[in-house]
Amino acid sequence: MASLELKQLTKAYADVDILHGLDLHIGEGEFVVFVGPSGCGKSTLLRMIAGLETISAGELWIGGRRVNEVPPSERGIAMVFQSYALYPHMTVFDNMAFGLRIAKVPKAEISARVREVAQVLQLTPVLERLPKALSGGQRQRVAIGRAIVRQPAVFLFDEPLSNLDAALRVATRIEIARLKERLPGTTMIYVTHDQVEAMTLADRIVVLSAGRIEQVGTPLELYRRPANLFVARFIGSPAMNIFDARVGHGGAATCTAAGDTEIRLLTAGETPAAGSPLKLGVRPEHLEFAAGGPALLSGVVSLVESLGEVTNVYLDVPGTDEPVVARLAGSQSLRRGDTVALTADPAAMHWFDADGRAIRPSELPAD
Amino acid sequence: MNAALQGLITILLGVGGCVAYYTLSNLLVDTLLFPARGPHQARNIRRANLVRPWLFLAPALFVLAVYLAYPVIETLRLSLSERVAGDGSRFVGFANYVQMLSESKFREAMRNNLLWLVVVPAAATAFGLLAARLTDRIRWGSLAKSLIFMPMAISFVGAAVIFKLIYDFRPPGQAQIGALNALVLFLGGSEPRAWLTMPLWNNFFLMAVLVWIQTGFAMVILSAALRGIPEETIEAAIIDGAGPFQLFFRIQVPQIRGTIAVVWTTITVVVLKIFDIVFAMTNGQWGTQVLANYMYDKLFRAGDWGVGSASAVVLMLLVTPILVWNVANARREMR
Amino acid sequence: MPEIAGRRSALGWALNLSALALVLLWTFPTAGLLVSSFRTADQIAGSGWWRAMVPADRNLILRAAPPAAQREHEGLFVLEGNLFDEADAPRAAISAFGVSSRAIDAHRPGTTAELRNGERIEVAANGDYRHSSAQAMQGRRGQRVFVTATIAPSFTLDNYRHVLLDPHNVEGMSRAFFNTLTVTIPATIIPILVAAFAAYALAWMAFPGRALLVAAIVGLLVVPLQLALIPLLKLHNDLGIGKGYVGVWLAHTGFGLPLAIYLLRNYMVGLPREIIENARVDGASELQIFVRIVLPLSFPALASFAIFQFLWTWNDLLVALVFLIDSSGETTVMTKNLLELLGTRGGNWEILATSAFVSIALPLLVFFSLQRYLVRGLLAGSVKGG
Repeated sequence: MASLELKQLTKAYADVDILHGLDLHIGEGEFVVFVGPSGCGKSTLLRMIAGLETISAGELWIGGRRVNEVPPSERGIAMVFQSYALYPHMTVFDNMAFGLRIAKVPKAEISARVREVAQVLQLTPVLERLPKALSGGQRQRVAIGRAIVRQPAVFLFDEPLSNLDAALRVATRIEIARLKERLPGTTMIYVTHDQVEAMTLADRIVVLSAGRIEQVGTPLELYRRPANLFVARFIGSPAMNIFDARVGHGGAATCTAAGDTEIRLLTAGETPAAGSPLKLGVRPEHLEFAAGGPALLSGVVSLVESLGEVTNVYLDVPGTDEPVVARLAGSQSLRRGDTVALTADPAAMHWFDADGRAIRPSELPAD
Repeated sequence: MNAALQGLITILLGVGGCVAYYTLSNLLVDTLLFPARGPHQARNIRRANLVRPWLFLAPALFVLAVYLAYPVIETLRLSLSERVAGDGSRFVGFANYVQMLSESKFREAMRNNLLWLVVVPAAATAFGLLAARLTDRIRWGSLAKSLIFMPMAISFVGAAVIFKLIYDFRPPGQAQIGALNALVLFLGGSEPRAWLTMPLWNNFFLMAVLVWIQTGFAMVILSAALRGIPEETIEAAIIDGAGPFQLFFRIQVPQIRGTIAVVWTTITVVVLKIFDIVFAMTNGQWGTQVLANYMYDKLFRAGDWGVGSASAVVLMLLVTPILVWNVANARREMR
Repeated sequence: MPEIAGRRSALGWALNLSALALVLLWTFPTAGLLVSSFRTADQIAGSGWWRAMVPADRNLILRAAPPAAQREHEGLFVLEGNLFDEADAPRAAISAFGVSSRAIDAHRPGTTAELRNGERIEVAANGDYRHSSAQAMQGRRGQRVFVTATIAPSFTLDNYRHVLLDPHNVEGMSRAFFNTLTVTIPATIIPILVAAFAAYALAWMAFPGRALLVAAIVGLLVVPLQLALIPLLKLHNDLGIGKGYVGVWLAHTGFGLPLAIYLLRNYMVGLPREIIENARVDGASELQIFVRIVLPLSFPALASFAIFQFLWTWNDLLVALVFLIDSSGETTVMTKNLLELLGTRGGNWEILATSAFVSIALPLLVFFSLQRYLVRGLLAGSVKGG
């Protein structure tokens, strides 16, 4: 039962900074997900918390104790690895008991604790088997069970689902969500590159990019109010459409990609000077047919993906490099070559300044 | 003392000693020198981790230094000196080398070694490639591989006996029990020959022994390499209309060029050091001398440490290019 | 690619036949040794070993029973019996016989040959004879009979009995066998242990100079052990070890270490990093990780090296000659014994072949039962090319 505190945490390999002075507070019992593209440093950060990587600069506090130089086994953490990392020459029981045996826990207690956890995870019938005789899901549960047995204050997950097939992935995701319910006081940190996992599991998400924290927030905060272009594009699938725009006069902006349409610019704070460049972001699911009204943009259909409940339409729009994606409800009878005019609610638009920072917390209509 | 008992005690002492050393030295570092607790916990852990690799390495490094590194240097020194009465030695510069170069036996050994160096790796690699290709494509391939690989387990001396039986010579008129003479007579040859005393040719009969032993090694490695070639490139070539020979020489062999080089150099090192076969079959007579046997003669028959060491240094020099190449490869591998 | 359409089956036949030819060529030499070790000296000298399986015509010199055994029957003095039985030889089918060394195949079986002084001898195809004379036969020895007989293939274990079990045979292999075993076992076990620790440090511990050390090990792999002979012999003498088992064990340990470290390190580096990290999170010390995780998981590599080192020390001649065998010859090993036999018994193929086969039997057994590990070790042990 512990909180975590990262103070200017830095990692450098041979003068190259991998992580640039991260500050983060993780509360006791919180489920935090580190998410980001590969190479962003999220796994390194997790391994630094675990004690598997040294800390180049800054401080790491777990449960009110500075643990920069404390070995992994004394940090009160347990880790579930991507490849399960089961000891292939030990039975399930021995796998789960290994850490306790090292810690010289009495035999009777080891047995009791392992059996109790095995019961909960439905591993009792396979306790005497070797890992190679288990199914993928069972192996994953052993890896989790092995972590639970140690009764850690902080649980670390390093992409635990990425080796599983699609069906098992969903099942195990639910398993982990249940685990969170069952161990309410345990802090959990979970690393993934998959935003769906992040959105479904996290109390809070930490988005990392190139060794920096881009944004910290609840899943819906990140979806509704991305702090910058990176988060905007990273969260949500298909990714947000981005257009070039320019600040106009009188609280309006022109979107160059959309035929210089004038758009009401809702700003909470100060409006940037007229003429300065902007980026306009619209999520595919917020685009809809203009239906005779003023269109935000119009383009030629280049590809239609019919998924049943929704249809993804890819449009070639003059003045944009990448195709614009619209996610339209239901099945659509569109065909390649059709010309389509689309619009969006100004309240669902995201504006970013030249540096990519969000300049207006957009106010989505209540769900 | 009974040797078997002595052996048992040595195993126990050796193993027990190693275990005791590793356990106690780690214990010493972890509990006495740098205990992982107290006010200096972090510093102590860091220091213990600095020391520990060397604890693990020390016995191996010690043995390597004494049994391989030191002898190389000492041999170099011995090759430049001469034994004098008593137990001392005197620096004589390159006199040993000069004397060695003037000996016809040494020149013969060099010539033969070069001959071995060209013939054996080439033949063993070629046969290995052939065997790999043939056995990879047949149903009883693993049995065939086993049988071709088998000579690998046989000692050079044992192989020498085996081939002496093949090269056996009986005077004309008697039944020839050596397979080679019997074959020659069967094919219409006029008279049996004493193969191992035929100048120059006898070298090739000795080389055959090593080729017989090393082909299995080449086959195993090359067969693994052949199987490692992406099947798609072969299928693409078949669709392009390549025949079996084109497929082999223009698609498969070029893709395992690196492995062929490795096999070649590995056998080359074995060839350079070849001793037992010559020692057992001809002992360097009839023009079959090789470097290692020449060196053995000098060191242990003539007691001439200076010239013997000089020839050992020549051996080392011949191995050096391969050593450098291997190290370079290994370093590239690690990066 | 047996499934590819349109391939001619002739090619398959050619493939199988070439492979068969190659395999026969490669097994023929060893087969010769094995077959010869089961033949008598006479058989080996009489025909090539490849004829051992088929019946062979041989010329034998046999004798009838001595005159002392003659009986008188209706005025004739008669000796009867079987020629093969008299000589304690296995029976065979006689195709011709003779009574003079100048005409050893003068008579057909079943006919009667005239001897001097009116004696007669009749020999049947199965060796039964009837030797008769009008007067009492004189002399101590029986009548000589030259026969040409077709001998069925026969094999004997006598060579093995002589080489292994005969306590009076000073050239026997039994002592050398146990000496070799005494050299081999410690020389295989000790380097494994020392190398395993070093390999773990080189694979999984970070320290300055690690890459350099690995490179040095790769370099030492090919250093000819010939360089080490004199310096180490001097060292052993200075240390008082002299020539003996301790010296040869130490030498084999030293010479085997580079390959051991290289093989084991290559294998250990390939173990999953996460397993070792998990053990670290579980609180295991480096020693515990090594003993309880890495060592058990490295079993295949340990086995590979053990087989290599076993074969190498068992088959070694040079190291034993230099570091072990003193002038007393008490500590001779099998390769050395074989070498001496080659010198002293160069023509006695029944002894040579049997001794040689005794010396290669155990390695062959190890080879065939543990080949899997040997192959794996070879693949891991050859320095990878570019």
